[in-house]
Amino acid sequence: MGNKITVKNLNFFYGKDQALFDISLKIPEREVMAFVGPSGCGKSTFLRVLNRMNDTIPYARIEGEVKIDGKDIYKAKTDVVALRRMVGMVFQKSNPFPKSIFDNVAYGIRINRMHSSKKDLADRVEKALKDAALWDEVKDRLPTSAFGLSGGQQQRLCIARALAVQPEVILMDEPASALDPIATQKIEELVVELKKDYTIVIVTHNMQQAARISDRTAFFMLGKLIEVNPTEKMFTNPDDKLTEDYITGRFG
Amino acid sequence: MTMLTALCAIFAITILVIILAYIAVRGVSAINIEFLIDTPKPVGEGGGIGNAILGSALMTLLATAIGLPIGIGAGVYLAEFGDNWFGNTVRFLSDTLIGVPSIIVGIFVYTIVVLPMSRQSGFAGALSLAIIMIPIVARTTEEMIRLVPKSMREGALALGAPQWRVTWNIVMPAAASGIATGAMLSIARISGETAPLLFTALNSRFYNYFFDQPMASLTVQIYNYATGPFEIEHQMAWAATLILVGLILFINIVVRFLTKKKY
Amino acid sequence: MAKTGTFADSLFKGILTVFAGTIILVVIAMIVMMFWNSLPTIKEFGLGFLIGSDWQPASDVYGALPFIYGTIVSSVIALILAVPVSLGIAIFLVEQAPRSIASPIAFMVELLAAIPSVVYGLWGIFVLAPFIRNYLGPFLQDYLGWLPLFQGRLTGIGMLTGGVIMAIMVTPIITAVVRDVLEVVPTSQRDAALALGATKWETTLIVLENASSGIAGAVVLGLGRALGETMAVTMVIGNAPQISASLFEPAYTIASVLAANFAEATDRLYLSALIEMGLVLFLVTFVVNAAAKVLVMGVAKGTNAARQA
Repeated sequence: MGNKITVKNLNFFYGKDQALFDISLKIPEREVMAFVGPSGCGKSTFLRVLNRMNDTIPYARIEGEVKIDGKDIYKAKTDVVALRRMVGMVFQKSNPFPKSIFDNVAYGIRINRMHSSKKDLADRVEKALKDAALWDEVKDRLPTSAFGLSGGQQQRLCIARALAVQPEVILMDEPASALDPIATQKIEELVVELKKDYTIVIVTHNMQQAARISDRTAFFMLGKLIEVNPTEKMFTNPDDKLTEDYITGRFG
Repeated sequence: MTMLTALCAIFAITILVIILAYIAVRGVSAINIEFLIDTPKPVGEGGGIGNAILGSALMTLLATAIGLPIGIGAGVYLAEFGDNWFGNTVRFLSDTLIGVPSIIVGIFVYTIVVLPMSRQSGFAGALSLAIIMIPIVARTTEEMIRLVPKSMREGALALGAPQWRVTWNIVMPAAASGIATGAMLSIARISGETAPLLFTALNSRFYNYFFDQPMASLTVQIYNYATGPFEIEHQMAWAATLILVGLILFINIVVRFLTKKKY
Repeated sequence: MAKTGTFADSLFKGILTVFAGTIILVVIAMIVMMFWNSLPTIKEFGLGFLIGSDWQPASDVYGALPFIYGTIVSSVIALILAVPVSLGIAIFLVEQAPRSIASPIAFMVELLAAIPSVVYGLWGIFVLAPFIRNYLGPFLQDYLGWLPLFQGRLTGIGMLTGGVIMAIMVTPIITAVVRDVLEVVPTSQRDAALALGATKWETTLIVLENASSGIAGAVVLGLGRALGETMAVTMVIGNAPQISASLFEPAYTIASVLAANFAEATDRLYLSALIEMGLVLFLVTFVVNAAAKVLVMGVAKGTNAARQA
């Protein structure tokens, strides 16, 4: 399988402070790549580099190259809106819009004018909700407010919302950190299911979670990428002493 | 769309600039020392706003003396003890009172002071201003006190200080600059009030130092001059406005400067 | 509480309670005194006071309808003009402008609110009224003159001028509240929209939707201010108790009839009629302000729910 995302010599700055140092990384297509590391290590910042969400931060500056499908997304003429459509994102805390369940999922479809008819829109919403394993729980109350859902359901709704615009890559920023174990398990099963069709990058602080769901793991520390390897190797026989110390819990 | 919203902002600022420019240009041309100390005279004989400035100052002073302690006290109550039905009622009534037209306060004071005394007076005017001031000061004081970190209170309580000492010696000094800022803004606000003075303090053509007599004020004087028929009166209205707006803008800018430093 | 309470503590709390209670006392006293003093007209005219359209103090005929009409129409004009502009300013300040320009602009808009009403009145008489008489009025009559709204003699003094000056005065107030409610919309809402490929403007719409009840509250608050706006309106609206279709005709509002006539009202029934109108204005603005508060608080709650979820 080819590489979906290629990052070369990436440096990232908040004003004068450098947050990421010389990162090079390849993310293969239709796999789950987990980013792990102590808090403040830059894994979330790096995730947001991949769909240019950092553009919303004033004084943020980037050096190096980020290619998706071989195209540099930081080129001046890049269509950021189209990029974000292709690279979906799920946030740490679920953030449904103050709309109905249906309208939440339909939102991205509508603004990107992807549907041909009302029927098509409804079909797409249904498919996204099914893909997010939420359909059976909400099919009878689509017109009700999204705030009526439980925390785990809201998070899966946000995943459905991201899926509805048919992205190719899904970035997940600690998507289960605010959820209880059962809801977490559902999200994890969903991630494994989704990798058949999508390239998934997931930030997590939970080592077991990374071990359970990812094909590859990248370990970050203090803004540097320390090691990236197939998950199994990383957790049994890491190349780097720092990685070993971290996953065996000697610091962090 | 950014163009359109920026246009809205530019529009508002343009209005501000036009208003201030008119006040500056028309005011400066009519102002002089005599004008600032004289009392009003029949049209054509000059005259000034000395007594109106004094009246405004006296009434603002008395209003502050009445309104500030009550407002601050109420604000401290709301912040320190106000999480109950009584506090909620006071908070709700303060917020709605702030939005009630000031002329209504004038009517109220008319019924409780002017009617029984059967005379308009500086006291009635000052009382109206005080009533307008109290809820504003109360709410800003509450907000400022709530900003004082809990750790500061707990530190003092842990040392065995009684509640009133914690509030009086620790919390209030910590919030003092914020409370002072709120007080200054409320003084700026009442010094521009006209409606509640119209039939409480009424007006006067003389220097008057006594609160039991009708009293002149800058704002009522501006109203009278502005609605008068003669050009010379209009000029005096602009000049008096320059004084009033100058003072109010000065307070606002000083407050802005003081509060900006903290962030 | 009771155990740690020393005598000094209860004294301190007692004094503060009295100060806080003053506010409740003032509001109750306002209602009672105004009601008491308007009893003569309430007894004499009953509800007819509110729907009567004749106002002739000389012959003791008091109907408040022209004032109620003038108050409502001038406030509606003010809101129609002020709401879009205020929304635009607030969106610009919160969503679009970089901090370095947003902050001074916000301050200047706040200064508009600091200028006293009587000063707006002065400016209205000598700058705005001539502008409407010589430029805006003829322009409206040229293009929309077939509407009854824009027919009649142009003096520059009248309903439209009153509405326009009110609009300028409520704009900073609505802007300030809308800014506050936009600022509490969590960043995660903007992030979510952006991450779905929404444009800046589409993202702003999501933010507005989040803040919708707060924005409604801001508009209602602006309405409350407009209804009670006194001096500036008194000086430019023309002070004639009539109900006319034309916006160029002079009109009268409740607040301005109080400002213009209260000092001279010595007759018992006349005074009672004015105080009763004051009572009506008080109750209406009280309710409107309370509604605004509920709406604005609702927004804070809504976003909290969104944040905790």
